[in-house]
Amino acid sequence: MSARHLNLLGLALVGIIGLAVMWLTPRFAELDTVLDLTVYMIMAILALSLALIWGYGGILCFGQSAFFGLGAYTYAIAMFNMGESTVPLLLAIVLPAAFAALLGYFMFYGRISDVYLGVITLTVTLILFNSVNSTAGPEFHIGAARLGGFNGIPGIPPLNWPFNKTAPIDLEGMFYLSTGALLLTYFGLRLLLASQFGRIIVGIRENERRAELLGYDPRAYKLATFTIGGALAGFAGCLFANWGNFVSPTIFGLAQSAQIIIWVIVGGRGTLIGPVIGCIGIQWLSAALGANQPSGSSDFWSKIFANAPLILGVILIAFVLLVPKGLVPTLGDLGQMLLNGRRERKQRGLAPQQAE
Amino acid sequence: MAEPLLQTRDLSMHFGGVKAVNDVNFTLAQGELRCLIGPNGAGKSTFFKMLTGQLEPTRGEVLFRGNDISHAHAHTIARMGIGIKTQVPSVFDGLSVRENIWLAASRLNSRERARRLVDEMLARIGLTQAADRIVGQLAHGQRQWVELGLVLATDPELILLDEPAAGMTHEEVQKTAELVREINRTKALIVVEHDMQFIRMIAKQVTVFNRGSILVEDSVENILRNPLVRDIYLGKQAAA
Amino acid sequence: MDLVALLAIQVLYAIASLALISVGLAIIFGMMRVINLAHGEFLMLGGYAAIVATSHGISIWLSMLVVAPIVVGIIGVVVERTIIRFLYGRMIDTMLATWGLSLLLVGLTTAIFGNTTVGISAPLGSIQIGAYRTSAYTLFVIAVAVVTLGAIFAVMRWTRLGLIARGTMQNANMAAALGVNPPRVYAVTFGVGAALSGLAGAVLAPVSGVFPTIGVAYVAKSFITVIGGGAAILSGTVSASALFGAINQIATFVTTPVFGEVALLAAAIVLIRLLPQGITGRFFRRGL
Repeated sequence: MSARHLNLLGLALVGIIGLAVMWLTPRFAELDTVLDLTVYMIMAILALSLALIWGYGGILCFGQSAFFGLGAYTYAIAMFNMGESTVPLLLAIVLPAAFAALLGYFMFYGRISDVYLGVITLTVTLILFNSVNSTAGPEFHIGAARLGGFNGIPGIPPLNWPFNKTAPIDLEGMFYLSTGALLLTYFGLRLLLASQFGRIIVGIRENERRAELLGYDPRAYKLATFTIGGALAGFAGCLFANWGNFVSPTIFGLAQSAQIIIWVIVGGRGTLIGPVIGCIGIQWLSAALGANQPSGSSDFWSKIFANAPLILGVILIAFVLLVPKGLVPTLGDLGQMLLNGRRERKQRGLAPQQAE
Repeated sequence: MAEPLLQTRDLSMHFGGVKAVNDVNFTLAQGELRCLIGPNGAGKSTFFKMLTGQLEPTRGEVLFRGNDISHAHAHTIARMGIGIKTQVPSVFDGLSVRENIWLAASRLNSRERARRLVDEMLARIGLTQAADRIVGQLAHGQRQWVELGLVLATDPELILLDEPAAGMTHEEVQKTAELVREINRTKALIVVEHDMQFIRMIAKQVTVFNRGSILVEDSVENILRNPLVRDIYLGKQAAA
Repeated sequence: MDLVALLAIQVLYAIASLALISVGLAIIFGMMRVINLAHGEFLMLGGYAAIVATSHGISIWLSMLVVAPIVVGIIGVVVERTIIRFLYGRMIDTMLATWGLSLLLVGLTTAIFGNTTVGISAPLGSIQIGAYRTSAYTLFVIAVAVVTLGAIFAVMRWTRLGLIARGTMQNANMAAALGVNPPRVYAVTFGVGAALSGLAGAVLAPVSGVFPTIGVAYVAKSFITVIGGGAAILSGTVSASALFGAINQIATFVTTPVFGEVALLAAAIVLIRLLPQGITGRFFRRGL
């Protein structure tokens, strides 16, 4: 039962580190750092949403940012119309989930193959991007909220304590909220994956036909997984809209979708902690290289290094070619090899399926 | 006479112009064990796929306990009580033996009962020692056992076995025959097999498929003596 | 009546440009079952190639019709040799790697050309249709699409290369059976697909201008065209372009360009739901 103990040890470690970060950061770090960490936590929730549906469910979704953006926009629009954040927050989860369910119904009940699934989800994202991008005119508004097209929606009111609009959540509160939400999401997903449902979706990823012949309907399970992933991404989007008080269509963009995929690939499919590490690591790297700032320097090399798409592109190609399993599973393999000495035994019960 | 467990009426599967299965009328009684034999390409596997909802018949119907299942989904048919062990073992290669069996057992049982059932099943298929090994790394014969365990753990009323003895050693074949007879005490089975020794060990009635249709149906002894069968099937095997 | 003629030209143009931007992707998909997510960037590179060549004094026609396809074709071969060939049989990894390539190319062109739109003015003025005027360049784009598709048809139908291509489409082992070196077939295929994308990007550059992320504007449309069309390269591209182009343009005409795009997507999703193998998976199965 040492695998079980190792498992519990890992869970405890994640919990302790998470709580430590949550407790210590606001006390010892500058506000800037707290703000940066807040967005890392929010993005890590987004990474977990894809870790679930792709890493465990085997559903190749290239458009996770669609649900993220939808959550952010839903929150912003509902907030301008209602002024109190409880319902907008719920809507920002429910609406993306419903959209995921609708899209998922078309894809899974239409028995569309993996590759087409990737392209369809990507296309949906792009169409959302194009559609929202072109709503700059004043005629595009939903209630009191102007959509703003490529200019985005500025000045989004922050979340408040449930049903109490006079108690908005401040920046530090956002940090606690985001970190707490990330921890809850992580442990919630661990529970989900340990449940019968979680084991069945892994079984379906491993061998869909066999699962079917045992009496499980893969379509329904995939649809449920996809919908949960959409809800989580929408929730992350809502937090993101809060973090910057601003949303713009780039949130739907190809670059955003690619980032989520890269976090999961770098961290490793078939793990939860991997994508979280991948997400935080890559965002930190991007920030360290100054990639997200508009490059003021005209020097060619600084343009290259301060160039987010270029760096992300190189990372993606390098991982697909050289470390296709991702960091955490690869490190796990190495660790296991060391433990087992030279005994030839590949482990990892939940290794991701080989792409066909 | 009681209602048959399984019945097909004019069951046909045509791929383009190829009649893989053509107008098959087949009846299986409750609790019966039937062997299907026939040369490669006679339509046995296609027949199995139609019975389990993996292929939708071009024409005709499949009745299971009197219900038409010819257009039902594979998972619905599985839930009604038909299990299949496919020709090439179809298992969850990335999971351990225990996890494999658990997936099958947990559909019908509570967590506790499923766990107990898994242990029983592991003992029954003789893989208790290998319970935590990844199925993809087991030998072919052992993967066959895992698949059989999966099927048994869902407790179906009718079990289809597609070449259960293929690629097994003589000892394993005997063990399989024993298990099949044991299973037959509570369940009906249809077994596709080429190994005549194996068939002699388990079967009473044999159905011979040829070119997508039923050629003849008779007892094992008569089938073995039937010159027609020898021509299309046994003769070919003897020559090979 | 003039309005009908104008609308007809617009619809034809929508179909032609859709076919043009999709056919390079369709060739790579049909022959290699590889979905090239850097397709939009190949189009973008075609546009830049034409603009750079023009600014160096090469005639605009030569830049668009010769320089751009050659440059992008060479880039395609290099990409195939350095990335794609390691990933055959791993379709999803290929998609991921080409997505990385797409980001890399966007980053590189941004570093080189800056994040601004570069334009070349469309040659050929405008023509009068009754009370309306329309750009003569529109007719030129339609002509390029027709000639390109015609040329592909001729090559596929009557040359040895085409025979190999058709063989590979029917059965991937066929090329090997014909005594052809499969790696070379793949490299050539990828190069040809890239070259056609370069041509399309260059020909459309005067209409839309060129900027590093312009690929995004093309890529969704070409994906759904190829997937909607199915595996057969020519009949798939033509039939899906005709369907989606017409829907897009008519919806645009009736409402707004944004709704035109939404209608196109909706049509594509419904089509894929009804025909998961694409139009040619169901009809014209023996087509080219």
